[in-house]
Amino acid sequence: MLKYKIILWIMLCSILFLYDTYVFSQEPETTPPENVTAVDTPNDDGSSITVTWDSVRDDSVRSYKILRNTDGGEFEEIEEQLDVDTLEYKDSNIEKGKTHAYVIQAITDTDAILVSLQTEGVIATGQWFHSGKIQLFIAMIIFCGAILGSIYLCRNNQDVFVRRIPGLEAVNEAIGRATEMGRSILYVLGLGGVENVATIASMTILGQVARRTADYETPLRVPCNDPIVLNVVREMVKTSYLDEGRPDAYQEENIFYLTGDQFAYAAGVDGMMIREKPAAVFLQGTFYAESLLMAETGNSIGAIQIAGTDSEHQLPFFIAACDYTLIGEELYAASAYLSKEPMLLGSLRGQDWGKILIFVTIILGVTLELFGINWITTLLQSVR
Amino acid sequence: MEIIGIWVAAFLTLCIYSFLYRDNPFYRFAEHLFVGISVGYIIIINIHQGVIPLAWEPLSEAISALWAEIVGTTTPETRNALWGLFRILPIAIGLLFFARLSPRHTWLIRYPIAILIGFGAGVAIPNVLQANIFAQTRGTIEPFAAINAGTLSAWDTFGAILIAIGVICTLTYFFFSVEHRGPVKWASKVGIGFLMIGFGAAFGNTVMGRLALLIHRVGFLLNDWLGSFGAFFG
Repeated sequence: MLKYKIILWIMLCSILFLYDTYVFSQEPETTPPENVTAVDTPNDDGSSITVTWDSVRDDSVRSYKILRNTDGGEFEEIEEQLDVDTLEYKDSNIEKGKTHAYVIQAITDTDAILVSLQTEGVIATGQWFHSGKIQLFIAMIIFCGAILGSIYLCRNNQDVFVRRIPGLEAVNEAIGRATEMGRSILYVLGLGGVENVATIASMTILGQVARRTADYETPLRVPCNDPIVLNVVREMVKTSYLDEGRPDAYQEENIFYLTGDQFAYAAGVDGMMIREKPAAVFLQGTFYAESLLMAETGNSIGAIQIAGTDSEHQLPFFIAACDYTLIGEELYAASAYLSKEPMLLGSLRGQDWGKILIFVTIILGVTLELFGINWITTLLQSVR
Repeated sequence: MEIIGIWVAAFLTLCIYSFLYRDNPFYRFAEHLFVGISVGYIIIINIHQGVIPLAWEPLSEAISALWAEIVGTTTPETRNALWGLFRILPIAIGLLFFARLSPRHTWLIRYPIAILIGFGAGVAIPNVLQANIFAQTRGTIEPFAAINAGTLSAWDTFGAILIAIGVICTLTYFFFSVEHRGPVKWASKVGIGFLMIGFGAAFGNTVMGRLALLIHRVGFLLNDWLGSFGAFFG
């Protein structure tokens, strides 16, 4: 009996051994990319489709290729050699209004191609409202509310204190100096376009400067590097001269287009400084690497220089080479400071309320984080 | 041909560098050449990347499609091209810039200007709010979560506290409707100190970058230009 039992055990073990040997000798089956989905990219203008897929569980796969068809036509390769870690692709070269379907090819070390199933056809559509920016929208409403409320209070004769900004106090001094010396004033708006916040602030300051140059009949030269900015500036300066009752003193040819190229513009402005020797130079707006070239040349001709920018990398050069520098937000505050108009002063106070809100958020956020409560950070993280 | 290019580049480089001595005809020549070429180049770029693909082509296709619609030879492609007719509106607004040429109609230019500034501010302000306010506020607060979790080193903890103090004090400096005296004065003084330290670091960093550019240009003069003497004269 025992003998039969031993033979039975040996046979059972042999069968198990042979089965295991067979199973483990087989190569794992390599499957193509799975769960390939194509969806219309949310919160865009309908110009892209996002394709996602699951990672292939095989070390031999070295890259992916994406193929696309349009309105059920032939599949064409649209992107080759995507990294093996890539599991998402945003196709921004689609044809609007047409149906696109995708397949993913996984390429192995032996150049074998594993083709996924075809996705559903997708038509990209644009969204009117970006749902990811709701928090930003609420913040905008709060900031705008603070500014509008402050403007309302200022219009109702509530006095607004504005602290002294030395750079702006020097504006009258610079214009007066140019008038006394019988020389021109050079106003440089930087390289920003009309959509740039610093350029808009700079144009508002220019409006105030132009009022004074209209009074004193001091020539005001403004070389522009953007044709649209040129037109806006001409309108603003002309309006300032009209407001001061001196339309005859306005000279349109003094506000001109120089060039749109960064260093050609710097070379042109430098040449003007050296040849015309303006008594005052205003460098207000957005500046890049040309900032020091212009500020240093202005310094070398002995002009009084008032600079202002929100480009933090250029501020050190202005501080080093100019007489006065408006740092960052001082540039935005300048128009209110110079004009003392209730609307602008109200907006300045409204901005201060916004800063108080940031101030409180930081102190509250830091305190809560130290106690392990992180809802403020989570809220800030959700803003895109 | 390549050698001629090197010699022209070297000549213009030396013309621009001559400004270091004083204004002179060589600098003036290079300056005017530079400004003139850049203006011409930008005009051509704008025509080829703006006027032709964004205005001329879609509009001419749309007009052809409209004609096809009238004569009854319409296809799905021509029907799609009809959407290009909507471009007449922005093109017309853009053309209002030319109103400046007629003194009686100059006022019309205010419409495209108002649209552009409104559009520009509308696009820029939310981005500034996101990048300059929300992202930086978050960046100031976030390290304190790591301090609470005990995962931040002593040095990094010191850095996080220093940044928080720096942000608060610098923010105080930019309060305009509050008189800077008492604690506000001292906080803003600390804030301006932080700003100056930051500017000093940025200054040094940028100067190093500019020196690299100078070295590259001098390298061009010494290696490429002087190196080409043999080929030019030999």
